Amino acid sequence: MMAFVAGQELGKANIEVFSETLLSLAGKNENVLVVTSDSRGSGRLMSFAASLPDQIVEVGIAEQNLVGVSAGLASTGKIVYAVSPASFLSARALEQIKNDVCYSNQPVKLIGISAGVSYGALGSTHHATHDLAVLRAVHNISIVVPADNFETAEAINAAAQMATPIYVRFGKRPMYHLHGPGAEFVVGKSLAVREGTDVTFIATGETVYHALMAAVAMEKDGLTCRVISMHTVKPLDAEAVLHAASETRVIVTVEEHSVCGGLGEACAGVLMQAGLSVPFRIVGLPDEYTMTGSQVEIFEHYGISDEGLAQTAKALLNQ
Amino acid sequence: MTDDELRIKSIHYRKRLLKYIKKANAGHTGGSLSCVDILNVLYNRILNVSPGNFGEPYRDRYIQSKGHSVEALYVVLADRGFFAESELETLCRHRSHYVGHPTRKVNGIEQNTGALGHGLAFSVGVALSAKKDGADYKVYTLLGDGELAEGSNWESLLTATHYGLDNLTAIVDRNNLQLTGRTEDMCNLEPLAEKFTAFGWSVRGADGHDVAAMTDELRSVPFDLGKPSMIVAKTIKGKGISFMENDHKWHHGVPDDEQYEQAQQELDALLAEYE
Ligand SMILES: Cc1ncc(C[n+]2csc(CCOP(=O)(O)OP(=O)(O)O)c2C)c(N)n1
Ligand SMILES: [Mg+2]
Repeated sequence: MMAFVAGQELGKANIEVFSETLLSLAGKNENVLVVTSDSRGSGRLMSFAASLPDQIVEVGIAEQNLVGVSAGLASTGKIVYAVSPASFLSARALEQIKNDVCYSNQPVKLIGISAGVSYGALGSTHHATHDLAVLRAVHNISIVVPADNFETAEAINAAAQMATPIYVRFGKRPMYHLHGPGAEFVVGKSLAVREGTDVTFIATGETVYHALMAAVAMEKDGLTCRVISMHTVKPLDAEAVLHAASETRVIVTVEEHSVCGGLGEACAGVLMQAGLSVPFRIVGLPDEYTMTGSQVEIFEHYGISDEGLAQTAKALLNQ
Repeated sequence: MTDDELRIKSIHYRKRLLKYIKKANAGHTGGSLSCVDILNVLYNRILNVSPGNFGEPYRDRYIQSKGHSVEALYVVLADRGFFAESELETLCRHRSHYVGHPTRKVNGIEQNTGALGHGLAFSVGVALSAKKDGADYKVYTLLGDGELAEGSNWESLLTATHYGLDNLTAIVDRNNLQLTGRTEDMCNLEPLAEKFTAFGWSVRGADGHDVAAMTDELRSVPFDLGKPSMIVAKTIKGKGISFMENDHKWHHGVPDDEQYEQAQQELDALLAEYE
């Protein structure tokens, strides 16, 4: 058997892994419910609906209703996954998330599908580039952005066990496997994908793969990079951020999110308050009308790409 | 323009919107085919809006709340001269202004939409402003039937009645389908007209593909002085293409080459009937 190499084998889309994991959970426990808002197709939940029709609740195109109803269901002990496009779930239903779920501690599992700029050319109404920022400011919610199939399955399983609310968001493009056998997933604890001493890429979700490829490319220039999958944006693994600052020369954060209020600023806050100053760049979507294009085109446009990230890191090293 | 001329236009609009959806390999096909006859009547017979007066305060306003059916709106706006049709070659491309939902970067579009359940509230605001200014322009908005599950619509229905906005007309594209399937299987709406009536609107029904009937209804608003008007337009999602009609899978389906050829041929055959 070949040794595992991160980023070599293409897996499934995280959304597929989500739906398989949920079906298996729900098959074993009739208390597991999924609630949808005309989103079962996008959520790859058609086979769930066919095989467990009593465990799916449909509210129509009504995200506020979705979250409110989910909170009520959860209050009676049901294990509730509320599934809707990340943009509508986190913006439209924010007050329901804040009050009915988080403040009231009803442990709904909020699943934001087609997250970030997955919807590409459908435009900003459909992009979720604000969700990490707004939910970071809401107390009593974990925020998880899985990078690969393993992290996704683990996050969905972990969510079932949690007594507090959780938001998990991912996209619909196939993802490369990043973690070999033996990797251990814990909400709130980052996972190292690669070791190095020059640069640390602290990335989350679908951008982790690009950080890894940038690291691989930079090796040819004699530079070694640490790549961290910061799958949990809140609570943040502050220890990993502090280690990066003391053990590597520069830090680049990467996220499929606005540069305002997301992973990058969370890391910066940890460093500043620890009194650590290290050359630091936040790569994400700048504060402007997001350029039209597919997800890949948008990533490339804003330097969330293998080359773009390598360039950013090198420029920072040369400062 | 005669009714027949309008009917021929509708066929051309269908041909074009399919062309650009095919080219972009993306689009909301079913809902665009469902509402294009309504847009045809609005833009060619009802609305006092043109490239010349767009931006003038007295123009009529059309707000497309079911923003996903933007391809129908694009081809109608192009035909009305708001921009060159060739611009649509860039639909959904990198750097194009012609994204998959309406934005104000495109000439002729009043408001960015795409998240469902926003257009009616915005339209209420515009209509209320007209009342305050004593202006006599009218406001029209198009809603999806699946979209009506969004509670915001029902809040706006109340506000429109509260302010007696008889300069506001809402049209529901009642095709009985949404993304996943039948509207009545997702969120039962009936009795729909009765609900609108109970909310204080003056409600009429019409065949949303019958340009003469839609013209009659739209020319007779307000149906009641002092009340907002609602038209429940009976439509068929995917209308005009045999294999797309009444099949929710075409909500955002893109035809393959063979299907595309067949669709264009079916539309050409309809055109031939008028020659
Ligand atoms: C707030 C919001 N939730 C979900 C969606 C995703 N979505 C786009 S179109 C659509 C179905 C719309 O159905 P309907 O209103 O009946 O429109 P039509 O049948 O005319 O296409 C859905 C769920 C959205 N655009 N906005
Ligand atoms: Mg519909």
